[in-house]
Amino acid sequence: MKKFNEIAEKRRAGERLSSTEALFLYEEGDFFALGKLAAEINRKINGETVYYNINRHINPTNICVNQCRFCAYSKLKGEEGAYEDCIADILDEVKNAEEFGIREFHIVGGLHPDWPFAHYLELLQSLKKEHPAIVIKAFTAVEIDYFAKISGLDIPTVFKRLQAVGLQAMPGGGAEIFAPAIRDQICPEKISGVRWLEIVELAHQAAIPTNATMLYGHVESFADRIDHMEKLRALQDKTGGFQVFIPLAFHATNTDIRKKGETSAIDDLKTLAIARLYLDNFQHIKAYWVMLGEKIAQLALLFGVNDLDGTVVKERITHAAGAKSAAGLSEAYIRNSIISAGREPVERDTFYNPVSSVQGGPNV
Amino acid sequence: MSDARVDRRQALDLFENCELLELGEMAHASRLKKHPQKRVTFAIDRNINYTNICECQCRFCAYYRRPGDADAFVIDEAVLHQKIAETVELGGTQILLQGGLHPDLKIDYYIGILETIKRDFPAIHIHGFSPPEISHIATLSKLSLKETLQQLKVVGLGSIPGGGAEILDDRVRTLISPNKIGWQRWLEVMETAHNLGLRTTATMMFGSLETPKELIEHLFRVREVQDRTGGFTAFIPWSFQPSNTELADEVRQPATGVDYLRILALSRLVLDNIDNLQASWVTQGTKMAQAAVYFGANDFGSTMIEENVVAAAGVHFSISLEELVNTIQEAGFKATQRDTLYNLIKDF
Repeated sequence: MKKFNEIAEKRRAGERLSSTEALFLYEEGDFFALGKLAAEINRKINGETVYYNINRHINPTNICVNQCRFCAYSKLKGEEGAYEDCIADILDEVKNAEEFGIREFHIVGGLHPDWPFAHYLELLQSLKKEHPAIVIKAFTAVEIDYFAKISGLDIPTVFKRLQAVGLQAMPGGGAEIFAPAIRDQICPEKISGVRWLEIVELAHQAAIPTNATMLYGHVESFADRIDHMEKLRALQDKTGGFQVFIPLAFHATNTDIRKKGETSAIDDLKTLAIARLYLDNFQHIKAYWVMLGEKIAQLALLFGVNDLDGTVVKERITHAAGAKSAAGLSEAYIRNSIISAGREPVERDTFYNPVSSVQGGPNV
Repeated sequence: MSDARVDRRQALDLFENCELLELGEMAHASRLKKHPQKRVTFAIDRNINYTNICECQCRFCAYYRRPGDADAFVIDEAVLHQKIAETVELGGTQILLQGGLHPDLKIDYYIGILETIKRDFPAIHIHGFSPPEISHIATLSKLSLKETLQQLKVVGLGSIPGGGAEILDDRVRTLISPNKIGWQRWLEVMETAHNLGLRTTATMMFGSLETPKELIEHLFRVREVQDRTGGFTAFIPWSFQPSNTELADEVRQPATGVDYLRILALSRLVLDNIDNLQASWVTQGTKMAQAAVYFGANDFGSTMIEENVVAAAGVHFSISLEELVNTIQEAGFKATQRDTLYNLIKDF
């Protein structure tokens, strides 16, 4: 406990934690002490506010030239279950987006072997034309790299073209774990960690804010996780372009990675708390309920987290169609979750500006 | 916190004002004091429901049927024995035998099933018949509680499950289960059982229409009986699961995970005289159960090879022995199989 208290004092004083210290927190950090410290630090930065957003996920295709071993989503062309949605169908599916309060399209998909770059530009352009007020947050660094390859353009030009048709922000996927030895095992065909960071840096330079993720709980070690976060922290020092850090808990079902069960709740919560303490230049840490389960995501609010994802839309649409059971979470459920954890729910936009849509709610 | 007992006023204050992680930390310390080995125990068992026909028709229940309903049943002896044989094959040591309050089945029926189970499976422990059932059997058979329990014990009833407690307060009971026995009768069954040497568990179903004060009163009413008898082996709180129930419209937001952990931790602190506190993975999911072992719980209940009642309310968490053991180990504890009376059987 002595060493923990030293680390805690250091962090309270605003000093940066070393990788060795972060590793110590993983290996020896007491569950409660870590949670309380992370919550304390978070409170200093974000007060009682917990953000959520209302967005709509668009996944244009699951056909992907990469075959990452941790992925249960990707299919080869012609494989059973492979799909590709044409632009007209996508537009039709989201045509009532404004009615559902949607403020963001979150667009990610497979690396399609045949679609030209122009197809993606057309998708964004059409969405923007029909939904000018909805923010487009689209394409991971992995897709951006692929667009450069198939179009022969350099990365800054790819960004310029995408921005011209409406790209405003990028999600943080494809980061996985940066360590080459781990990538070799889980996603040998995917761009390297160095390349991921390079592309994201160029995005930030082009004034495109991005998220940052980390896929954990597969074959990596704690040291690999710290190394990953260290690289994110260094880039954030340089650019300030990351909006939020989102650790993603690995799910082994239907993937090629053999592993017993899911990540433990204890690991999930410690990881979020350590991220809050170590990533001192990230204002927001998100618990992604789709992967953690909504109950652990709620508990995470006591471990330094200040953002729950949205994705409440699909659920609303299903409800509007008369379904009683929910695949997603309703806005009321998310707000109640946050209030029941003793925090204050605030709907945000993509850029973490508070927006107020709930009448009489405690939005600031 | 000192070793002095938590009183009602303090309990309410902890419940309403204590930061959850502080409360959890106290509960965890108290749990480690009672169970210093970092162990989480569980039983291998099967929930067998002998009938879903029930006169009680509680408003929070999605399981019961009326006589004559298309899917109403009373279990067949052959089916029952088949289920037990499968349980034994999977390393099971007990069955949890429960059912609805059937309008016609008197004590002879229950004596009959216990006798035939014991004849074919002498080693299986029968954890059966919650207080509403015991009370119902007694009334229908014109026997006292003591006579009823004695007769069932003689033919092989091993212990009594703590179901039907809901909230031990008659205001709440009138609202959610108007036809069920009152709180005093519930505790009377348990105290009578304890005095006959039958151990029991106690449960609490929170998150319906109770106030914090009523919830806390429940804990103290259980604690007071335990002070006299020492007969409760474990306490098991779980949250009301609204789907498919009549009460669903009145309970606007079901209890959240944070609510669950708060009540679990408080239970550990108030019930200082009950050794074991179960995490309810069946209502909360395995990840929450992992968190629960840091908020006072030291036991995972059982593998529940079969579970029908919670499933009827739309909650389906199922789990294999391997998953259950792995879930406990990943949370940082040793997984140990126990029997119904919490004797340790096997470390994994």
